[in-house]
Amino acid sequence: MRSPHVAITVLTTAIVAVSTTSAFADSIQVAGKSTLNYAAIAMFLLFVVATLGITKWAAGRTKSTSDFYAAGGGITGFQNGLAIAGDYMSAASFLGISGLVFANGFDGLIYSVGWLVGWPIVLFLIAERLRNLGKFTFADVAAFRLQPTPIRILSAVGTLVVVAFYLIAQMVGAGKLIQTLFGLEYLYAVIVVGILMIVYVAFGGMVATTWVQIIKACLLLGGASVMALLVLANFNFSPEAMFKRATEIHPDGLAIMQPGSLVKDPISTISLGLALMFGTAGLPHILMRFFTVADAKAARKSVFYATGFIGYFYILTFIIGFGAITLLLQDPDYFKLGAVPAPGGSYAPSDMIGSGNMSAVHLSNALGGSLFLGFISAVAFATILAVVAGLTLAGATAVSHDIYASIIARGRANEFQEIRISKIAACAIGVLAIFLGYIFENQNVAFMVGLAFAIAASCNFPVLAMSIFWQGTTTRGATIGGFLGLLSATTLVVLSPSVWEKTLGHPPGSALFPYDNPALFSMSLAFFAIWIFSITDRSPTADAERAAFDAQYVRSETGIGAAGASSH
Amino acid sequence: MTLDQSDVVRRVHADPNFHELVRRRSRFAWLLTALMVTVYFGFILTIAYFKSVTALSVAGGVTTVGIVLGLGVIIAAFTLTGIYVARANTTFDELTRKIVEGLAK
Repeated sequence: MRSPHVAITVLTTAIVAVSTTSAFADSIQVAGKSTLNYAAIAMFLLFVVATLGITKWAAGRTKSTSDFYAAGGGITGFQNGLAIAGDYMSAASFLGISGLVFANGFDGLIYSVGWLVGWPIVLFLIAERLRNLGKFTFADVAAFRLQPTPIRILSAVGTLVVVAFYLIAQMVGAGKLIQTLFGLEYLYAVIVVGILMIVYVAFGGMVATTWVQIIKACLLLGGASVMALLVLANFNFSPEAMFKRATEIHPDGLAIMQPGSLVKDPISTISLGLALMFGTAGLPHILMRFFTVADAKAARKSVFYATGFIGYFYILTFIIGFGAITLLLQDPDYFKLGAVPAPGGSYAPSDMIGSGNMSAVHLSNALGGSLFLGFISAVAFATILAVVAGLTLAGATAVSHDIYASIIARGRANEFQEIRISKIAACAIGVLAIFLGYIFENQNVAFMVGLAFAIAASCNFPVLAMSIFWQGTTTRGATIGGFLGLLSATTLVVLSPSVWEKTLGHPPGSALFPYDNPALFSMSLAFFAIWIFSITDRSPTADAERAAFDAQYVRSETGIGAAGASSH
Repeated sequence: MTLDQSDVVRRVHADPNFHELVRRRSRFAWLLTALMVTVYFGFILTIAYFKSVTALSVAGGVTTVGIVLGLGVIIAAFTLTGIYVARANTTFDELTRKIVEGLAK
């Protein structure tokens, strides 16, 4: 741990060694061709070496807890906007949404819109107040006037549960993707991802995690922009011409321009909408980013840039999905051996090699040959690494800052000890992520990101919002409400059709809860419980907590007394 | 809480600029929030209840009303954040500056 230089050198050597062994040398099957994609491997190694260099540089600059958790507050609004967008633009959203558009057309857009609309809410209600009240984690905000111990336990549990589900989904996706793209065995792929994320977080802290995220966001936005431009260039930059061609060759014809089966009933739709909209405002690794900037004004600018980048990115994925329909659907190179095209010459999207989620990767090959395929593959890998690093840091911070420093050591730990605990926690989370990634290899993990959002919307967000806005909130109300939100969201997801029937294999129709997303119920329950258990709280501490609201209000609205840009 | 901090709290609460800031900003922020929620849920409820409307053609081609609405929500989200930031950078920051200056006196 004390010698980042040696560890990084060893790791680089190990990765280079692995990449030249037979496991990696398996031919890349992505485009149905049997040539080894040296370009992909070379570009990925370049990214790894560059980010490890950054980690080494960051390790030298990371001395205080403020450096480790919040990059010393030295990130600008624009940089933070890119980093936030990077945290949000995971490989799952890049490949998943373009794959959804490729398979269903319009329905992919409904998803993109849902993922985006949480951001304005974060800006209007949360971002500036969060920066003014907190220091390193969102628990700082709720603990401003409420009792630290129960609030921090609740927040740490909320953080770790959200991080765990998000991380499992990312690890399993990463293993499968790397297996397909680079020919590396699933277990090795998961181990490489796990080790790299531990190195970024444990040695480079928030400085390295942020810069890895910024570089990846630029690569992803750049790569996706080139893809979208090349697609549109095929149609003389007329989206209408592109859509027309797509409806001509897609098996679903004109139906791809209309809503399909994604929107089932209004309750499901509203529930999913709430989870996406308010879950964003409760994601711990995102909320943590607001403490890396100097003040509330920079926090505000971050969200503006992030919303722009994310919105632009979703428009690109929509074009990429339609590009995949128009350029790939009639090319047998991209479909499984033995797949039979329909009379018109089009294949079924589900017969694509590596499933429809690989459509963006295949499209890069069709547009720019193996060199561009290599670039996009490397970008997808980089995307996974950056996102899991951000999640790991958020989890490690909950352990070291909220549980260790505030509860176990009761504020008596020095910064060195606190950082050491955080590094140990990052290693533990990394090892656990590798293990969980391994055991969940053949499980359906698609519901886990949705569950992470539902819990964030039902536990973290209500506690944060109520403690910021409502004077009457007491420790008892926030703790009971938060835990009820967490438990009800988790229970309802387990009892939902997608987990109870499709994942756990119970017979169709046996699920006790009819909707796939619980947020409408669990989030309402959390808000109601916080309210009812607060107004009935007649303890003297509750009175003191209500009385302390004035001081909190002044700081949250004006920033007077807020934690400064760096550790003093 | 030290005496010094409670003095700051008392003085800020006595400053009319503080009440103006809080009133104007929270009204503006909740208005924009309501607008965003309306636009988004308007979009998905249109899809749920008026599916045929979203399938209508725009300008006679294959591009549908639904596609235009979806892109419209993305643009609306970005525009609303821009409107908030512009207002906050000028009006709200100016009021905050006055409050901080008032404390220094």
